[in-house]
Order: sequence, then structure tokens, then C-alpha cells
Amino acid sequence: MLQAEVYITLKKTVADPQGLTIKHALGSLGYKDLGDVRIGRLVVIELNLKDKKKAEQEINEMCKKLLANPIIEDYHFKIKEE
Amino acid sequence: MKFGVVVFPGSNCDQDCFYVIKDVLGKPVKYIWHKDTDLDGFDCIILPGGFSYGDYLRTGAIARFSPAMKSIAEFSGKGGTVIGICNGFQILLEAGLLPGAMLRNRDLHFICRYVYIKTENNTTRFTGLYNAGQILKVPIAHNEGNYYIDAVGLKELRDNNQIVFRYCSATGEVSEQFNPNGALDNIAGIINRKGNVLGMMPHPERSAEKELGSEDGYFIFQSIVQWLEKRRTW
Repeated sequence: MLQAEVYITLKKTVADPQGLTIKHALGSLGYKDLGDVRIGRLVVIELNLKDKKKAEQEINEMCKKLLANPIIEDYHFKIKEE
Repeated sequence: MKFGVVVFPGSNCDQDCFYVIKDVLGKPVKYIWHKDTDLDGFDCIILPGGFSYGDYLRTGAIARFSPAMKSIAEFSGKGGTVIGICNGFQILLEAGLLPGAMLRNRDLHFICRYVYIKTENNTTRFTGLYNAGQILKVPIAHNEGNYYIDAVGLKELRDNNQIVFRYCSATGEVSEQFNPNGALDNIAGIINRKGNVLGMMPHPERSAEKELGSEDGYFIFQSIVQWLEKRRTW
């Protein structure tokens, strides 16, 4: 069994009001050395597959078809053995 | 002439749309369950507002895969009239029937109030009864209405006169100050290149009778009726 962790974030070129709000909140807690703060989502998918290559291919397809919206979001993923 | 109102799990403006078509306009209308695929006999499909599939993942992201949406894509491909309101607009974007995407509102709040929008294109089948530049008072009610498109896409929208409505002041001033949700270029509604698919965040079905505070939205539906009738006699 394989497990994929898919991370989806807004593209760098797209404004992220949630990230900005968190940055302001962190700033008010005294954390001043902050660059950009981006928020995203994590999708954990278990796969009944043994072949890592095939899993990568499938997850990539899933991202393109559903999990991420390519107009506004970027994605990357890690696949590990359970 | 027959209107169809699509009902997804989580749609909540379907009855308002149905009521406006049936009782205010007096035209035939039927509900289309999201699992139905037969659109035979329909002249105009309305994708209503709401929270289809709980807005899970992204607004409209799951609804676009429903069986009805496949038929609607074919229907629009053949030039059929489709209007998506609020969540319906979000679904049209996710389905790729309109360009761009929705982000969360600039101030991260759900906004539910009347706004003013300017009619930037009154030559569409949806806006034929408005004057050029007419200012409409219509309500918005959404959390993700912050329209986004890249620079190339925006240029295309402008070059092809696809921006139909923009947020403005009561006197028609279009500026950031009168942009409720941060939408790019104050965009409140766009049309596809062919001119048969309109998406808009404001709710014309909630402003189709004087008793509701505005009847400015009524003329969107009446414009469609007029356009369909004209087409029939030709």
C-alpha cells in the first residue's frame, strides 16, 4: 500500500488573503522576520498500488482533473510506503 | 419556450429562480435533477446559487462532474442559453465553460447585501433590455466571489467585450472602493466568447420584484425571453 500526500497552494502570482491575514497575526505576536505566508490544503490519499511510478502518474492526473485548479493553484506531492 | 433550473445537492436558490420564471415571468419551467442528462426541449438552463456539494474542495469543483453538467456542456456547445448565478457561476468556471477562477473574498467575509453593478455590455441575449452603462441594484451573497484571471485572459475578456457587469457605486463609478470582494477589474459577470453562456455573482432572481427592494434583475430573465422569442419567429 502506498500513501500520497498532495499539497495544493495558490500560485505565487495569485493574492492569498488568508495567508496575508495570518502573516499580520504572526506579526502582531512579535514575529517580525516573515516573508510571504501562504496557506493551502493537504490531501492524503491511500493507494492500493505497489508500483510507485504508476502511483505518481495517477496522482498527477488526479491533481490536474480535480484536486487543484490550474488557473489559480500549484501542487506537489510525496508518495511513501505505508 | 422552456426554462430548466438545475438542482444540485446543496443548491438553495433553485426555488427562487423557478418562482421568478414561473410566477413573475409566467413562462414554463422545470427542475433538472443533477443526475438527469436529458435536456431535450429546454431553451435556457439556469444554474442557481447555493453550496453545491457543500463547496467541498473548491466551490463548484465537484458539481462540474455531475451527469447534468456533461449534458449542459453539450447544450452550450450547440449554442444553448446558459446562465449561472453565484454558485452557478462558480460551477461554470470550474467546468471551463467560462474562463477564470474564484478566490475567497478579499476580506475573508461572507458578504450578503445589495450592491450596484454597471452594465458594460448590453448587446448580449441576457442584457438586451438594459441601456448601455445602466446601473443595477442587485444583491450578492457569497464567500468566493473574488474573480481571478491572468493578464492574458483579462485582455481577451476586454478585447472581446466579454465583461458584462462590473461592481460600481450608486452613480456608476467603477473603482476599488466599490469593489465588495476584491474581484479583478471589479468583474461581477462575464460571458463566453460565443455569447451564449453568462456567469454572474449577483442574484437577479432575488431582485426581480419591487417588493424585494429592486426589480433590476427581472430584465435579465426578460431579456432572455425576448431573445428566445425573436429567434423563434426568424
